[in-house]
Amino acid sequence: MPDATGLELIAQDIREADPDAVLDTVFFRGRATLVVEPRAIRDVLETLRGKGYGFMASLHGVDYWPEEPRLGVIYELLDMDSVDRISVKVRVHTDRPHVDSVTDRWPTADHQEREVFDMFGVVFDGHPDLRRILMPEDYEGFPQRRDFPIGGEPVIFTFNEDHVPGYPD
Amino acid sequence: MSTPADIAAQPLRDRPDEELLTINMGPHHPATHGVLRLLVTLEGEVVRSCKPVIGYVHTGIEKTAEDKAYWKAIPVVERMDYLAYYFNAMTFCNAVERILDLQVPRRAQYLRVIHLELNRIMSHLVWLGTSALDLGAISMFWYCFREREKVLDLFEQSSGQRMHTRYIQVGGVIEDVPPGWADKVRAFCREMPRRVDQYAALLDRNEIVLRRLRNVAVVDEETLLGLGVTGPLLRAAGNPWDLRKAQPYSCYDEFDFRVPVGTVGDNYDRFKVRLAEFYESVKIVEQALEGLPEGPFITDDRKVALPPRHELSTSMEALIHHFKLVTEGYRVPPGEVYAPIESPRGELGVFLRSDGSAKPARVHMRDPSFVNLQVLPHMVQDGYVADLIASLAMLDPILGGIDR
Repeated sequence: MPDATGLELIAQDIREADPDAVLDTVFFRGRATLVVEPRAIRDVLETLRGKGYGFMASLHGVDYWPEEPRLGVIYELLDMDSVDRISVKVRVHTDRPHVDSVTDRWPTADHQEREVFDMFGVVFDGHPDLRRILMPEDYEGFPQRRDFPIGGEPVIFTFNEDHVPGYPD
Repeated sequence: MSTPADIAAQPLRDRPDEELLTINMGPHHPATHGVLRLLVTLEGEVVRSCKPVIGYVHTGIEKTAEDKAYWKAIPVVERMDYLAYYFNAMTFCNAVERILDLQVPRRAQYLRVIHLELNRIMSHLVWLGTSALDLGAISMFWYCFREREKVLDLFEQSSGQRMHTRYIQVGGVIEDVPPGWADKVRAFCREMPRRVDQYAALLDRNEIVLRRLRNVAVVDEETLLGLGVTGPLLRAAGNPWDLRKAQPYSCYDEFDFRVPVGTVGDNYDRFKVRLAEFYESVKIVEQALEGLPEGPFITDDRKVALPPRHELSTSMEALIHHFKLVTEGYRVPPGEVYAPIESPRGELGVFLRSDGSAKPARVHMRDPSFVNLQVLPHMVQDGYVADLIASLAMLDPILGGIDR
């Protein structure tokens, strides 16, 4: 992990190229996070790749309900040579949940962006095949959002599969 | 003999008897290692494209975990990758401990490592048995499951359960190992390398196995890294990335073990890397048993770990702690962490967000099978459909982990 100072230096480098790109830096329990503007995500990730963070270890979706902007997408980057990790976070509102896809540069994001789309409804612009991945194709709603009730859906059996809500035929 | 590449080189009009055929493999197919559906486009015997379709065993474990107190979420997350349950529990507890800033006693760390490595052996045994089955060698399945039973017996003795043991707890482990258990593990460690020698003797000199695996499904390191692939698949391509060495967690830096790597990155290397990992895991277990420190097996922080049972009848404070922990659980300071460990299939990480309450606000598992599955189309493209089965076996996906 870059230490708190290292994180500020990285943030400074990005700010020099794009003054408004970095919204915040968080350093918590040894984990460095850059909070960036959604429009700048591709540039920031590209800059970090140039600094060695070339391996995208993971991509998470988060719902910060009731805080706004509600939805978050977090990219976990890893530098395998210096064994160093950094996280990049973007936050978007639910009424316009658009983030640029990074699939063309990080092919690993393919399935993971689809999962975030499936569970949180974040639309990744430019993703080649943005469909639901874990939930049924015709499912309605985004189940991992915090306001989606747990157990709030009926169990499908053969006898009711044609008339349970959320599963139009 | 014409290879798939030779056939592909001929224009389609010279092969009027062949046309593209799209078929479903699975979701209910014994060779898909779970309920995986593959949308395969075939040209004769040659796979032209392959698209994995997943979600058939999606059970909403991440959502369920958000509704449980931290310690009650452990059994839930354990059930994701059902062959690596100690790893699931370990990564979750790691993340909670990191947010709590909690120290784990050294004895607990050693006990965790012993169980993790036994679990790795168990998981690889299931992989080896089922993979050999996919290659047509049914006796390997019985041999591997014979040894797997022995590991499960050890788990049953130490934790009371064969699978989904809930042994690893936040702050340590649920209880100390019973007397005599260490001797049984030692006996297993003496036997296991001999057994692996036997597996190697059966498979590694077997003409059929070698011809089925060598130079099949070669994927280069660059593609693997781009697709985020970790674990034995990446090591088979020659990249020695192993979190146990690179970012030692728990007490892995105290053990002497090697990271097996391959050279070509074909199915044979994947097979050999996992086979070599048996020996390394046995070595780690032996060293951990040898150096097993005395001391507590769980943290004495009463705000997190349950007080010992006997204290409840004498100490009012212990009773209050017990009541609070069992009813509400403990509150975790707000924050976000990402805690990765090396599971039998690669980097298993958990992203944990706490909002300050007693329940996690977000649990996201970065499951290695889910990410590694993306390499399957690259592995099987322009190969024979029979090699698709072998490649899938060498990929070692666990659908419980993929779908969560």
